[in-house]
Amino acid sequence: MTTLPVQDASTDVRPRKISRRATGADAVFVHSARAVGATVLVITGGVGLFLGWQGYPTIKHYGLSFFTEVDWKPDADVIGIAGVLSGTIEVALVAMTIAFPLALLTALYISEYAPARIKATLVSLVDLMAAVPSIVWGLWGFFLIMPHAAELAIWLQRNLGWIPIFDVKGADPNAAIPDLSRYAASMFCAGIAVAMMVLPMSCAVMRQVFSQTPQGEKEAALALGATRWGMVRSVVLPFGRGGIIGGAMLGLGRALGETIAVLLILSPSFEIKPRILEVGGNTVSSLIAGRFGDASKSQLSALLAAGFVLFLLTLLVNTLAAVIVNRSRSGAGTDA
Amino acid sequence: MSSTLETGSTTAGKTFLPTYDDDAAPPVPRGSLGGTTIDEKFVRIGTWASAFGLAWLLTQRLLAMPGLPWFLIMWFVLGLAVTAVTGMLTGGLVEVRDRVAAAVVTVGAMLVAAVLVSALAFVVMRGWRPLLHLNFYVDDMAGVGPKDPFTNGGILHAIVGSLIEIGIGVAIALPLGIGTAVFMTEVGGTFARVVRTVVEAMTALPSIVAGLFVYTVFIVALGYPRSGLAAALAIAVMMLPIIARAADVVLRVVPGGLREASLALGSSRWRTVWHVVLPTARPGLATAVILGIARGVGETSPVLLTSGAASFLVTSPTGGVMNSLPLYIYSTVRSGEPVAITRAFAAATVLLAIVLILFVTARLLARPRRTKKPRRRRSLDLLRADPLVEMGPVSPRPTLTEENT
Repeated sequence: MTTLPVQDASTDVRPRKISRRATGADAVFVHSARAVGATVLVITGGVGLFLGWQGYPTIKHYGLSFFTEVDWKPDADVIGIAGVLSGTIEVALVAMTIAFPLALLTALYISEYAPARIKATLVSLVDLMAAVPSIVWGLWGFFLIMPHAAELAIWLQRNLGWIPIFDVKGADPNAAIPDLSRYAASMFCAGIAVAMMVLPMSCAVMRQVFSQTPQGEKEAALALGATRWGMVRSVVLPFGRGGIIGGAMLGLGRALGETIAVLLILSPSFEIKPRILEVGGNTVSSLIAGRFGDASKSQLSALLAAGFVLFLLTLLVNTLAAVIVNRSRSGAGTDA
Repeated sequence: MSSTLETGSTTAGKTFLPTYDDDAAPPVPRGSLGGTTIDEKFVRIGTWASAFGLAWLLTQRLLAMPGLPWFLIMWFVLGLAVTAVTGMLTGGLVEVRDRVAAAVVTVGAMLVAAVLVSALAFVVMRGWRPLLHLNFYVDDMAGVGPKDPFTNGGILHAIVGSLIEIGIGVAIALPLGIGTAVFMTEVGGTFARVVRTVVEAMTALPSIVAGLFVYTVFIVALGYPRSGLAAALAIAVMMLPIIARAADVVLRVVPGGLREASLALGSSRWRTVWHVVLPTARPGLATAVILGIARGVGETSPVLLTSGAASFLVTSPTGGVMNSLPLYIYSTVRSGEPVAITRAFAAATVLLAIVLILFVTARLLARPRRTKKPRRRRSLDLLRADPLVEMGPVSPRPTLTEENT
C-alpha cells in the first residue's frame, strides 16, 4: 500500500536557501577574471584618457584655431590640424571609393557565385590579404602602382579636369612630355595603397553578413523563377544592407588611421586642397610619424592632441558602423 | 516473411515486375538543372574570346591606346557588351542583366585576386637576389654600407628583433586579452559590459597613436631609452583590444547548451570554462591569436616611434635600440639606393614568409581535430566566428547564457 507522507503542521516549511555567491575555486576564478578585466580596462581606458589629458593644454593654448589653422609650424607657434585632417579624410575617401565596390563584388562572388569547391580557399585568400603587412602594400604602391597611377592621373585631368578634384595646378596634361613629378606622390596614389589594406576587412564583414542570409528566402526567390542576379538583388543585398554599410564604415575607420603606406608615398605639404591627383598632402598619422622625433614637450602635446582627434574620428565612424550593423536585420537573431 | 508473401499473393493483387522493351527508343536524358550546358559554356568562352580580339583590334590597330592597361580595360568593357548581346540572343532583358551582373562580379573578384598575387609576386621578384646568399640570414648590417654587394651583411638583427618584440608583446597581450574575453563572456555583469564597451572602443585606436602613447609615457616622461621593450609595449597596447575583441567573438559562439550541460552535471564554473568552453573554442582562439600576431609583426608605425633602429644584433630587450623587420624595410627603402632597395624587398619577402607561416599554422590549428572524414566543411566554423572581423560589429547569435545574464 502506498502511504502519503503526513504533513507535519508543527514544522514550518521554508524554501531551501540558494546562494548564487561563488565559493571556493569559483570565487577565485570569478575574482581573478574580474581583476584581469579591470586591468585591461585601466590599460585601454588609460590610453584614451591620457591622450585627452595630454592634448588638453594644446587645445587650451591654441583654442579654436587648432581646428581651423592649416599650417603646422611649431617654430612660429602656428599649429593647426585643418590641413592634415582634410588630407586624412580625402585619402580615406579615395581609398573607400576604390575599396568599397571591389570589396562588395568580392564578397558577393565568394558567397553567391563561386563554386563550392573553391569557396574555403577564397575565404583564406581574403584573410591572407588582410594579414599582408602594411609596409608591403606601401612598397607595392610606391614602386609598382605609382608610375601607372600618374598616367591615369594625366588622363583623368585631360578629360575630366574641369571637375575640381581632378584638376592639377601647375601641370599641363596636353604637353608632349607631361611633368610626371606633379602627378606622383599624390593623395590618389596613397589612397590606392590604403584601399588594398582596408578591402579585406570590409570584404570579411560583408561576406559574413551575406552568409547569414536565410537559405529559405534565397531558395524561394529561385523557385519563383528569379535569376541568380534577381535573387541577389531581391534577397541577399536587402538582407545584407546593414553589413554592407557597416563593413564600408569599418574600412573607413581603418583607412583613417593608416600610417606607413601614406608616409612612404605621400610627400608632405600642409594645405587644404581638393585636388587629389596633385603631388603633396598630409594625414594626421603621417604627421605624427614624421614629426615626433624632433618634437619638444609642447609639440609632443600638440601631436598627442592631433592623435586624440584622429582617435575620436575613428571611434565615431566605428561606433556608427556598429550601430548600423546591429540595427539591421542581419546579425543577431537570424535562425531562419 | 516469404511464406506470408506467397499466401498473400493468392488473395491480394499481384505484383508486377517492370518489363523492359529492348526495341524502345533510348530515353531522353534528363536535363540537368544545375551546371552549365555545352552551349552555355561555348557562349561564355566565345564571348570573352571575341572581346579579346575586338579589344586588340581597337587598341592596337584602330585607336591609339598603347599599353597593357588600356587593353585590359577595353577587354573588360567589350566583354560586357558582347555578354549583353549574346544574352539578348537567347533571352530577354532579365537574362541580359543576370549575365552582365555575373560578369561584373566575377571580374571584380578576379581583379582583387590579381592585386594580391601582383603584390606578393612583385615583392619576391624584386627581392629574390639577396635571398640566395646565406649571409643574408646569419649576418647583421654592422659596418655594411648601403652600396655594398649582397655578399656582405644580412638581416639577422631585424629578424631577431622582430621575434623578441612580438614575443614580449604576445606574452603581455595574450593572457590579458583572453582573460578579458573569458571575463566578458563567462562572468558577465554590469562591469563586464563596461569593459566590453571600452575594449570595443579602443579597437579604433590607430596603431600610430598607440606608438605615440608609449613614446610619450615610457621614453619622454619616464626617461627610459628607446629599446625593444618599449616597442614590445607599443605592440602589446595595439594588439590587446584586437585579441580581446576577437577572442570575445569566438567565445560567444560556444553553444550555451554545452555550458549548461557541464554545470548541470555538477562541475563548477571554472571547471566548465577550463574543460568545456576553452577546448571547444580552441581552434577559433588559435586563429584569432595568430592573426593578431601576424598583424603585430607587420605593423611598422608603433615600432617606428619606440624602438630606434640598430644596424647590429641586439638580443637584450632592454639593451638600447633594436631593429625589426618592418622598420628595417622602411628605413632602407627611404635611403633611395638601388642596392639597399633590393635588400629591403628581400627583407619584405622574409617578412611575408613569416606572416605566411603564421597564417598557415592558424589555418591548420583551426581545422577540427578529427581530420579523417570531415563531415562538415572546414570553413563552417570559420564562417560563423571569423576572428578577422576583429573590429567587426557583427555580433554572433546570442547564446542561451547570454540571454540569461
